[in-house]
Amino acid sequence: MSGAAAVLHGVGDQAGRFESKAATREPKLVKWAILGTSLTFFAIFLLLPLVAVFVEAFRKGWEVYISALIDADAISAIKLTLIAAAISVPLNLFFGVAAAWSITKFEFRGKHLLITLIDLPFSVSPVVSGLIYILVFGAQGWFGPWLAEHDLKVVFAVPGIVLATIFVTFPFVARELIPLMEAQGKDEEEAAVVLGAKGWQTFWYVTLPNVKWGLLYGVILCNARAMGEFGAVSVVSGHIRGMTNTMPLHVEILYNEYQFAAAFAVASLLALLALVTLVIKTWVEHQAGKANQLSEE
Amino acid sequence: MAASRTFRVLPGFGLSLGYTLAWLSLIVLIPLVAVFVKAGSLGLDHFLAAVSSPRVIASYKLTFGASLIAALINTFFGLMLAWALVRYSFPGKRLVDALVDLPFALPTAVAGIALTALYAKNGWVGKLLEPLGIQVAFTPLGVLVALVFIGLPFVVRTVQPILEDLDTEYEEAAVSLGANRWQAFRYVVFPTVLPALMTGFAMAFARAVGEYGSVIFIAGNIPMVSEITPLMIITKLEQYDYAGATAIAVVMLLISFVLLLVINGLQAWTAKRTGRER
Repeated sequence: MSGAAAVLHGVGDQAGRFESKAATREPKLVKWAILGTSLTFFAIFLLLPLVAVFVEAFRKGWEVYISALIDADAISAIKLTLIAAAISVPLNLFFGVAAAWSITKFEFRGKHLLITLIDLPFSVSPVVSGLIYILVFGAQGWFGPWLAEHDLKVVFAVPGIVLATIFVTFPFVARELIPLMEAQGKDEEEAAVVLGAKGWQTFWYVTLPNVKWGLLYGVILCNARAMGEFGAVSVVSGHIRGMTNTMPLHVEILYNEYQFAAAFAVASLLALLALVTLVIKTWVEHQAGKANQLSEE
Repeated sequence: MAASRTFRVLPGFGLSLGYTLAWLSLIVLIPLVAVFVKAGSLGLDHFLAAVSSPRVIASYKLTFGASLIAALINTFFGLMLAWALVRYSFPGKRLVDALVDLPFALPTAVAGIALTALYAKNGWVGKLLEPLGIQVAFTPLGVLVALVFIGLPFVVRTVQPILEDLDTEYEEAAVSLGANRWQAFRYVVFPTVLPALMTGFAMAFARAVGEYGSVIFIAGNIPMVSEITPLMIITKLEQYDYAGATAIAVVMLLISFVLLLVINGLQAWTAKRTGRER
């Protein structure tokens, strides 16, 4: 995903640049072999699973599909997923902006270490991401006895799910913004301040318009992961039906109960979310590409 | 840029850095330290016993073996797909380009049950493989299929921008000096994309090692045969063996840290080789 910032600069189909010259063109046979092999691989490993979700969801007809979605446990799972995303995405957005501001607009020691530490949650297995909160807030954890005394529940309750979600989506916004704001430099902001702008005005009118597409890009990827996280949330949730089940966990429960059509019905909502995410992402890349082209002209 | 400059024009340094460090410590660093503290309280004997029981060793072999093979498959086909996306025009190209990121956007549990449905004996693909005597679902091969799925975008998306930036002049020069098309690729294009290709490989591998959601449905989770290491942590937790779960988590975390350093190094190499910003 580190290529995302680079992808933001890509514009349009440039294949003609290579296909028009003999030196950068393969023999027809080689070209068709490469195209055929790579697209077959793509179809089997990416397209087929996506199609399978929707086919399986409607295998038993619309009625089963709809009833799986309006089931009380499904609705409460959808609600919890929305709540977890609604809390974790803004918090990570706020963090990402603050982190990018401090890292790109000022010089200080240990900057590279800080960037690496912000990226850390991406390298941690989702299961370990859940476990760490059990060790801190669980019954035998550091704060377990204190929480129990005050009748507070973090693990196997909604706060634990939100914490785990924040952890797994932690770097998304920051890692999109840092390279972008680094590339922008700080001349424009300094000019604004010298001309008398207040700090927040500088950010709002100078910095934000420059990085808005990268920001949006980070937010939608952050949101998709927040709504779809399975491993980390599974560890801290306790799987209490109608209480601490998110949509992906509800899918698992239905699947393990052999209610395949219902499981795929809920899964199809998540797949739809993924498709919407990809559409917005492609659109954002297109907009950013256009903006980039304009600024280069 | 002058690192020694003491006068700062822009406001908010203390506030933004303070907030960044506080939030990072609270959400990421302190909980991660908890794992090591808990593991430290285990005692060496207990720790070693927990991380080297035969069932856990079998899970390492499967996790690392399958991740390695999946990352190699992704490197090969990922390069090919990136090449096709950069060098050729074909109908539906924009759709293919957008869908490459599907494994990033699709929740892992959804991928898991979809792959299981496809590769089960009565599934679309499983049905075709059954007469050949190949069983994918509920075997180590199923783990491999899931890991190939989730790792593919890493290779494509690291290699693609490098290929896009490559000027045609280098290959033209190679050809004018008498190289054939294969030699131009092997000696001109390939060395340029190699660092990015290795970065993509390492990222796909790192992701595969920690992956849980897409694997557990298709793996069948048979002890000693198709249990992955993250599942061992879950199994220990379900038995209220927090110490055992923590010990395995420490092993996984240490491996993640090493892989993170390797990836950072590879990215620096990519930047140096291609003159690109990271």
